[in-house]
Amino acid sequence: MKVWVIATRELRSFFDSLMAYIMLIAFLGFSGFFTWLYGADIFFVRQASLQVFFSIAYWTLFFFIPALTMKLLAEENRTGTIEMLLTKPISDWEVVLGKFTSVMLLIIIALALTIPYYITVANLGTIDHGAIITGYIGLIFMSAAYVGIGLFASSISNNQIIAFLLALLISIFFHIIFDVLSYSIKGSLGSIFSYLSLSNHYDSISRGVIDSKDIIYFLSIAFFGLVGTEAVIARRNTV
Amino acid sequence: MDIVVDNFTRKYGAQKAVDNISFTVKTGEVLGFLGPNGAGKTTTMKAITTFLSPTAGDIKVGPYSITKDPDEVRKLTGYLPETNPLYPEMPVIDYLKFVARIHGIPANKIQDKIYEMIEVCGLGAEKHKKIGELSKGYKQRVGLAQALIHDPAVLILDEPTSGLDPNQIVEIRELIKRIGREKTVILSSHILAEVEATCDRILIINKGRIVADGSANELRKRAQGKEVLHICIEDADPNVVFEALKELNTVETVDFVKDKPNYYEIQSRTNYSSRREIFRLCSDKNWFLTELTPLETKLEDVFRELTLK
Repeated sequence: MKVWVIATRELRSFFDSLMAYIMLIAFLGFSGFFTWLYGADIFFVRQASLQVFFSIAYWTLFFFIPALTMKLLAEENRTGTIEMLLTKPISDWEVVLGKFTSVMLLIIIALALTIPYYITVANLGTIDHGAIITGYIGLIFMSAAYVGIGLFASSISNNQIIAFLLALLISIFFHIIFDVLSYSIKGSLGSIFSYLSLSNHYDSISRGVIDSKDIIYFLSIAFFGLVGTEAVIARRNTV
Repeated sequence: MDIVVDNFTRKYGAQKAVDNISFTVKTGEVLGFLGPNGAGKTTTMKAITTFLSPTAGDIKVGPYSITKDPDEVRKLTGYLPETNPLYPEMPVIDYLKFVARIHGIPANKIQDKIYEMIEVCGLGAEKHKKIGELSKGYKQRVGLAQALIHDPAVLILDEPTSGLDPNQIVEIRELIKRIGREKTVILSSHILAEVEATCDRILIINKGRIVADGSANELRKRAQGKEVLHICIEDADPNVVFEALKELNTVETVDFVKDKPNYYEIQSRTNYSSRREIFRLCSDKNWFLTELTPLETKLEDVFRELTLK
């Protein structure tokens, strides 16, 4: 499976370049610090739930994902390896999906490393297992959406910094701006913004309600990101 | 596996990079692709390797069209792009393994293939190093190894020896010649001596059009047509010699050579040679003929004449 060949190469390159370790340490460091030690942490809330962790991860992933996706295609565009890759017997889609998969795998590894949080909290009191599982699922779906956006941003530039900032710029609309707009604008426009706001969908999943409407929302953002990426790669042939 | 380029045109925006060119390369032939910068060499090569699609026309590799069956073309083609792009963070062996897996080489054969390529391309000492740590010459070998790993029938090499030292250039040329016996090879270069040494046939393009096609000798002949000799005659009055030479039937023009006393440049009539007549003249008059050198047009001159129009 060629998607897998691309995905494993990218994943190895994350670990070879230390990017993966930095991301894992920073992610666990931030989320651990705010979940256990500082501010409205678990001991302050005094509830056996990981709600605190999920709301921290909601922000840390928002910042980390563009940092992971920025090099995926921008670097290939810059060095020209994209030409080497696309003249091999592999389709544009396999390249795009392979790169998408590699970042998703890295995020799943990062989330898997927070399972000790879950075990710890489960020992502190009675815990809603369903809410924990849906919380993780919500994070994974949210990540898929942002990886799609990040990959698209990376495809249109050959500069990693531009790819990073562009991914943040697009993501921040979904992350917070649409939400803010939905409060300040009334009527049908307001409800459109409310639908587009990612936090609304994320909140309902992380509360334990998996609704197909939310899943479709996340997957369609990811899908549009990937379609856009593929279109940019194929653009070399439209004159 | 023949490559057939059929009325291929490629535009970038309104600008035509390649304008309606057609040529065929046969199996076992090494075609040298020459042209000034921006002539359209790289564009044509990118199209043959399916990276760019044609604006008009088509290219076929064997029975497969680059527009209809790009995947089949890619399986048959090995490509070394001009910039030789590689992943610097990967060790050589891992990189070759990655390329082999993309080519769908069966897992149990990958190891053998990699070692074969390391052997063929002379990468033995460097195989565990990261690509970014290699010298330019070794990177170029890695580039060749990735192009050859799936044993392609067609090899497209865009300036394969650029940036190499003279020893490496000779090695790579030998390698290309060896490989070229069974495969169809197109290589581009700025170095005319290299093309002459490696290629069976030369194609010169300029401003997106083919301006010459043939072997190095054919191109020279076509450009020159007439015999030009440099001779040196001593023990005689130059003006007498000059007049006597002019009288010969086969001679068209005679010139003194600048800064070289007793030297004359003689151009013969089309399809005639003046060598016999000159020798006879000298022996009749008892002149001392010390030098007679036929002047070959250099490929450089052919190239300049064709591409400066």
